Amino acid sequence: MAEVITGSGPVKGQSPPSRWAQLKATLGAWGFMSPAVVLVLVFFFLPVIILFVISLTDLSSSNFSEPLTFINLENYTRLFKDKFFPKILGNTFFYVATTLSCFNVGMALVLALLTTHINRRAGFFFRLIWLLPRITPSVIYILMWRRISHQPPFGLINQLLAPFGVEPQYWLFEQPWLFVILVNGFVGASFGLILFSSAIEAIPKDLITAAKVDGASTWQIIRDITLPQIRWPLLFVTTYQTLSLLTSFEYILLLTEGGPGLYRTEVWALTAYKRALKTYFGHNQWGYGAAWGFVLVIIGIVMSIIYLRVFRFNELVQEPKIDVL
Amino acid sequence: MATITFETESRYGARRFLGRALPYVLLIISISPIVLGYAWLIIATFSYRTEGLFPIDAEGNVGGWTLRNWEFLSDPAIWRVTLTSFILAVGMVVGVGFVSSMAAYALSRMNFAGRKSFLSLTLILHAFPSVTLLIAIFFVLNFLSKIPAIGQWFGYNTVGGVALVMISLDLPLGIWLMKGFFDNLSWDMERAALIDGASRFRVWWEIIIPLIKPGLAALAIFNFLSGWSAFLIPFTFTVGTKVANMPVYMRQLISDTAPTNWNMIAAVGMFQLIPVLIFFIFTQEMLLSVYAGGSKGGT
Repeated sequence: MAEVITGSGPVKGQSPPSRWAQLKATLGAWGFMSPAVVLVLVFFFLPVIILFVISLTDLSSSNFSEPLTFINLENYTRLFKDKFFPKILGNTFFYVATTLSCFNVGMALVLALLTTHINRRAGFFFRLIWLLPRITPSVIYILMWRRISHQPPFGLINQLLAPFGVEPQYWLFEQPWLFVILVNGFVGASFGLILFSSAIEAIPKDLITAAKVDGASTWQIIRDITLPQIRWPLLFVTTYQTLSLLTSFEYILLLTEGGPGLYRTEVWALTAYKRALKTYFGHNQWGYGAAWGFVLVIIGIVMSIIYLRVFRFNELVQEPKIDVL
Repeated sequence: MATITFETESRYGARRFLGRALPYVLLIISISPIVLGYAWLIIATFSYRTEGLFPIDAEGNVGGWTLRNWEFLSDPAIWRVTLTSFILAVGMVVGVGFVSSMAAYALSRMNFAGRKSFLSLTLILHAFPSVTLLIAIFFVLNFLSKIPAIGQWFGYNTVGGVALVMISLDLPLGIWLMKGFFDNLSWDMERAALIDGASRFRVWWEIIIPLIKPGLAALAIFNFLSGWSAFLIPFTFTVGTKVANMPVYMRQLISDTAPTNWNMIAAVGMFQLIPVLIFFIFTQEMLLSVYAGGSKGGT
């Protein structure tokens, strides 16, 4: 596992392969790799460069056919001076922090603890139901939530809360943030749930039995044994989902499109997307949108590299079963 | 600490029962929005209209079950978008399966200059949020459109272009999963074949691929579902109805200016959900593991 392969030097008990053989082996390997390499270059590398270049221009649908005009960092200064910049930044922080703490980590942890403390099959069943939102096509999933939060007399919440004397209202319109967070949280929680529950199930039973014999309460067992044992999955899910939440906008786009009203639930990633690709009036400001997007790309690259280091992904890079006959 | 007696056991019998039941109660409450959403969808599909969870007939009374919502099945448009969705799903299965199992084979079995860097890169890309690149990919597709033969099939506003983008963005996950499957495979048979003089490609195609069918199947189901349900990428890179897939078509129905017929849309949604639910029911355990091991985490 920890052994790291270095170079393709000769192996014990074998004559060193000739230069020609080595070259042939490398060419053969890259032959296998070539389709993947081409696609990665065209759809990951090239776009990062294009995004940066475009963010330095004033390219928009009104001057698409003209040659590119470079305006240096003007898009970036414009971004910070945008009247709605503080609002969008605040929204983004609020959205990521709340969804992450309440659902992607918080709810996931609570559910993982609950489903591992009950009958195994029942626990599996509940985890499966929680996977449903993720697997349901986003358009249909949002359709359900829209009806749940719809105005009277159609909304499900109104009907359920009516016996308790709650005033019927158009929930999605009155409480857009509540539903943006619920919608994303119900999808996001399953990731942590699955990882946490397999980590909890992997904790040696002896530890817990020993604690029980010593008279520890359930809460003490959770606090002193379970949580410390799953700290790595916890840290992983927290950082990983921070990045996912920061950059994902599909459900918000479908649910509120950033509204109701001006930028009520608009987040950074949605702003970039809307400015560049889907404006109401068909005026796409690619250059300006690219500037918003490129900030996220930088954050994405930095954080992915940090994962690689912090979580020792390098150790996953196993020794290959090399060409030794 | 050490004062547990048998007495406490019996005295707190009721409390213990509560302790047993409480997790179930909490879990059932937690899944209620999901259950409600699905319940509404099923009821709405077969009713005239709904208020809350109640089906309502034309006069406003409870009742009014109907199959009227399924009339959309006679509209050729629905079959066109179904076909598009199906092509996307199959394209994902074949494309990701083929490209990633080739790359993963080389990464798992061969030693070549650049192997480690590419593997690290795969991991970085796997964590990297690819949706942030959509703006730039718009320009890549626009450029592809201008290339004569290719543009017609893989440019902007084509099913091929959308499929190509989706395949590429899914590759890091595919390569990573497949490499795991290859690594767990003993390589005796392969070695024998290689000694007998078979080419690498033949070994890969005739010996290795049949051995990792379970892994390929897992990846295929995952990719079929993501291709079938894809919304954001088709929505971004297609215009109008000509190349819309089913989720995009549904979105158009919802945001039409005419009063939205929610019950008909519910039926379209149900129609689209059928294959998803079939896979879900029959491949639960596998899906749980793939989503845990590979998923971008959605949100």
